Amino acid sequence: MKAGEMPGLTVRREKGWLAANRWLLARRFTQLAILLLFLVGPWFGWWIVKGNLSSSLTLDVLPLTDPLLLLQVLMSGHLPETIAFAGALIVLVFYLLVGGRVYCSWVCPVNMVTDAAEWLRMRLGLKGGASLSRRLRWWMLGLVLLMPAVTGALTWELINPVSMMHRGLIFGMGLAWAVVLGIFLLDLLIARRAWCGHLCPVGAFYGLLGRWSLLRVSAVNRAACDDCMDCFAVCPEKQVIAPALKGEAKGHGPVIDAGLCTNCGRCIDVCARDVFRFTQRFDNHVRPATAGSTHQSEVSP
Amino acid sequence: MSGRGDKGFDPARRRLLTEGLRSAAGVALVATVLGAWQRQARALPATALRPPGALDEEAFQGACIRCGLCVRDCPYDTLKLAKFGDPVALGTPWFEARKVPCEMCEDIPCVTACPTGALDHSLADITQARMGLALITDQEACIAFQGLRCEVCYNVCPVRGKAITLELQHNRRSGKHARFIPVVHSSDCTGCGKCEEACILEEAAIKVLPIRLVKGMLGRHYRLGWKEKEKAGGALVTPDAPHQYNLPEGMRYDYEGEGLIREQPADSPFSDNPLDTLNRKGGL
Repeated sequence: MKAGEMPGLTVRREKGWLAANRWLLARRFTQLAILLLFLVGPWFGWWIVKGNLSSSLTLDVLPLTDPLLLLQVLMSGHLPETIAFAGALIVLVFYLLVGGRVYCSWVCPVNMVTDAAEWLRMRLGLKGGASLSRRLRWWMLGLVLLMPAVTGALTWELINPVSMMHRGLIFGMGLAWAVVLGIFLLDLLIARRAWCGHLCPVGAFYGLLGRWSLLRVSAVNRAACDDCMDCFAVCPEKQVIAPALKGEAKGHGPVIDAGLCTNCGRCIDVCARDVFRFTQRFDNHVRPATAGSTHQSEVSP
Repeated sequence: MSGRGDKGFDPARRRLLTEGLRSAAGVALVATVLGAWQRQARALPATALRPPGALDEEAFQGACIRCGLCVRDCPYDTLKLAKFGDPVALGTPWFEARKVPCEMCEDIPCVTACPTGALDHSLADITQARMGLALITDQEACIAFQGLRCEVCYNVCPVRGKAITLELQHNRRSGKHARFIPVVHSSDCTGCGKCEEACILEEAAIKVLPIRLVKGMLGRHYRLGWKEKEKAGGALVTPDAPHQYNLPEGMRYDYEGEGLIREQPADSPFSDNPLDTLNRKGGL
């Protein structure tokens, strides 16, 4: 990638626009499809899914409950009904299989807002901004879990932009547009990937789950990497790539094992060398580099 | 780092400490603001009612996860989730009686739908719900108090004849008519809001308000004699003994009979006429 260029240009030239965006398109499709499942009820009276991401009931049989919300309820001193525990368990198992922060990149509606801000940031060539610690989200998660113990109420839910936006789209926005706009402007003007990558406690919680989750992105073909840096440019949590991509010498396997990886697959999209692919966490052998692949970087355009 | 001064300076550690302190300070600020906001969010406006079976407001805000399943299962679209900017805690279900009251479904679908029990699942009989309490807030406006026939609130009440009764009073303005005064009984009123919705006035004279705003309470020590007597099956103080009047000697009182009876002995030094005694020379 050259300076001022949008990442993924090489792969687009070589494979075409569709192939260079397949995971991104799959993600947008999934995000919108999930949202639509919630919306066709109030819009057309087709009640496939009732409720929202906090808790829902699908086809009147499948309960789903946000485990972070359930924890907050427990912290407030209230014991919920069994169905809430069942719903949270199903959600936990699901994300332990597909990746904790799959919630962030494949489900959460705020992701579309922050991705849009990031896209515009790149297009406009906006650089810099406030420096935030990526560890801030752990403090936020602590705050979210402790507030109910102090106030006896789900205090974070008074302001949580994630549930506010999703609920707003389904049940009526009110002034929640202002909060969504605020998140967009925060990411665009104040700090890069500020909300999803630094602050959001919901993402932090699913990041915890991600530490043990099964489905992983792996730099399987890391020997072919030509250091174009496109994957670092598009990754919303770019600190997760380096250990897997560049850690061969240190004995680190090719699997991206950081919990904060969102499994968005954008690195797979933009890589012209097909370094990355989805696999499972135990597919993590340090392979001896073949003679051919080590020299590939020298012949790259 | 065992050393002091420049020798003990570790930039990485310093950075970590600074970052930790900054984060802690920022999050503490957020916590303070949120905490203050939470206190305000507890103050529900008087016209905002919670669905049937809702825990008391403090517990409710700790139990409700704002999923809206109660709203979805409400067949009359009574319930709505508070939007950002509404005067009710964000995302929680509420309704306004004057707009759309609760129709008191017998199977209480909103309670059944609640996954957390913020709407208490032990509520099985909708007539036991206590969403609020109706109150005639303005006797000056209510036309029943003017001696006109209305009785709309009485007639629409789902707990008809129990939660609201009509009491006949003399119409002192006309001198010959009756007034049919609606009276709400907290023993049966569920706070569904049908009466407030139906009130024919431009601004309802009967309103459903939170119970805590409406109900008074006697001091805990206070006992009503006649009720205690009824409970005990007889008087608790001075058990039905004939009453002793503290009268001068030679007098007695015949209750419900002759009244005061003077039983003057023949050898009394006093005259029948008290004035004689008072005017006697030498005083008493």
